[in-house]
Amino acid sequence: MKLTAEDRRVLDGERGEATRFALSVVVRMAEAAGAERLLSIEQAHIDACALMSQSSLDLVSHLAEHDGRVSVPTTLSMVSLDLEHWKTLGVNPSFADKASRIAQAYQKLGCIPTWTCAPYQGYLTPRFGQQIAWGESNAVAYANSVLGARTNRYPDYLDICAAITGRVPYTGLHRTENRRATVHFHVERARARDWETPAAWAAFGSLIGSLALDGVPVMDGLPAFRPSNDMLKAFGAAAASSGSIELFHMVGITPEAPDLASASRGRPPSKAVAVTRRQLADAWDELSNADDGSPVDAVILGCPHVSYAEFVALSEAIARLGAARIRPNVQFLVFAGATTVELARRGGLLDPIERWGARIVRDTCPFHSPVVAPTARVIATDSGKCAYYAPGELKARVAFGTLGACVEAAVTGRMPRGEAPWRTR
Amino acid sequence: MANAVKLRPIVRGAAAGAVLRSDRSISLWGGVDPASGTIIDRRHDRHGESIAGRVFALPGEKGSSTGSAVLLELIRIGLAPAAIVTRHPSPAVTLGAIVAEELYGKSIPIFLATEAGFRALRDGERIDIAEDGEVRRVTAAAPRP
Repeated sequence: MKLTAEDRRVLDGERGEATRFALSVVVRMAEAAGAERLLSIEQAHIDACALMSQSSLDLVSHLAEHDGRVSVPTTLSMVSLDLEHWKTLGVNPSFADKASRIAQAYQKLGCIPTWTCAPYQGYLTPRFGQQIAWGESNAVAYANSVLGARTNRYPDYLDICAAITGRVPYTGLHRTENRRATVHFHVERARARDWETPAAWAAFGSLIGSLALDGVPVMDGLPAFRPSNDMLKAFGAAAASSGSIELFHMVGITPEAPDLASASRGRPPSKAVAVTRRQLADAWDELSNADDGSPVDAVILGCPHVSYAEFVALSEAIARLGAARIRPNVQFLVFAGATTVELARRGGLLDPIERWGARIVRDTCPFHSPVVAPTARVIATDSGKCAYYAPGELKARVAFGTLGACVEAAVTGRMPRGEAPWRTR
Repeated sequence: MANAVKLRPIVRGAAAGAVLRSDRSISLWGGVDPASGTIIDRRHDRHGESIAGRVFALPGEKGSSTGSAVLLELIRIGLAPAAIVTRHPSPAVTLGAIVAEELYGKSIPIFLATEAGFRALRDGERIDIAEDGEVRRVTAAAPRP
């Protein structure tokens, strides 16, 4: 593989142990992937900062103790606790200590303490065509597909190695030829009213992820309106959970797909698949595995982190209930990045939501932080990603529905029997 | 094993163990418990089984990018598979093994299999894999109940 003179100096240890370690991981990954050269990147997003285990701390400590420093602007995904409010969330102090040490080590490396899995909703949004190195599967899908930036799905630890060296293997979605659509999904008989919630797009994403596997899907036949950022976020997060979707195109919606021919770069996709209303409705139903009408113990919103618009939708849903409060035995958790929470506070949205009884959790995630009550047996969510991971990670059953249905469930204690949008007439 | 099976080494090393073969990809994060090596993805056909010490053969690793962290931890605590064989390149798996080698000086080998090579690995069979990817059967698979 071709290396620059500077790459060689780094590998020889002339720039210190942290940089040597990081580049040697990058180079070995490039060799394993058969890359002919490395590529310089302009931005990074680190997924590896959530406490997984002792090895997470060992790795970042090794880099920080050897004076490692990121060489490009680098944002951080969730840490394992709400850094300012963990005490009131009942988090074990020794767990909190380890998680804080990981957080501090990443900050010592020069990373920006954004602590969000949805970095595209805030600071440092990547530009069209920009070469970046992002971790966190939902963020990768969004950056590639919605923003048109170029990144592979950087696994934990390659992300920080890329941030320190500014170098990545020149492979995969960094290269134009690999961004062409390979599977064409034509949605049949789309009616706008079936597609008006992010939950509908999550079900759609879950279906496409399971059908496209690791291909690059292009969708057309979509309803004739512009989906919101939250809809595209919900789609990508679900598609990256049920499959390995790192890039998707939607004709007339995403920037590399003004039309079908552009998305597939002249050659027709190798596979064409019709998506029926029946399949969409089944995909919606399959996101739930709780028995109909079983009592809901917890509600999780914000997987990925809620946007300002979702704070607005939540406060409107609460307002529609009048004086009805959350049932005392239901935990209602809203996961968000600190900047979005601050905006919601300034917008006057936060107080009514917290007074109603919802708990805002900053900086972290239901799967990396012990905030969801371990006794929770049924979790209501509007997230396809959460629905996919909650059974394994939280040992809970899932009742999937819209944000409005989740709010109602918190008040009545049961998820309303909501028909999948595509099943209604 | 009728014909010699040759796997392509991605992270080099020799391995020995009983094959645990699944035709379903897995997300290591959320799919395998990093403290025990047990498969916890309820949708996976080998749910409840342990990958520790096995030659874990599967089409690929999918889903969240935290898979490498799970493998690194399993290697650290000695509950990793003896080797991982995938049909498709799986960067999270490769990375977990590389970082383990750089950080702890110990690792597990990772191999890529062709379709035929993958089919030739029989579930439950004990095999040796040489550093160059040459597979040798040690004992036949116990008949599955």
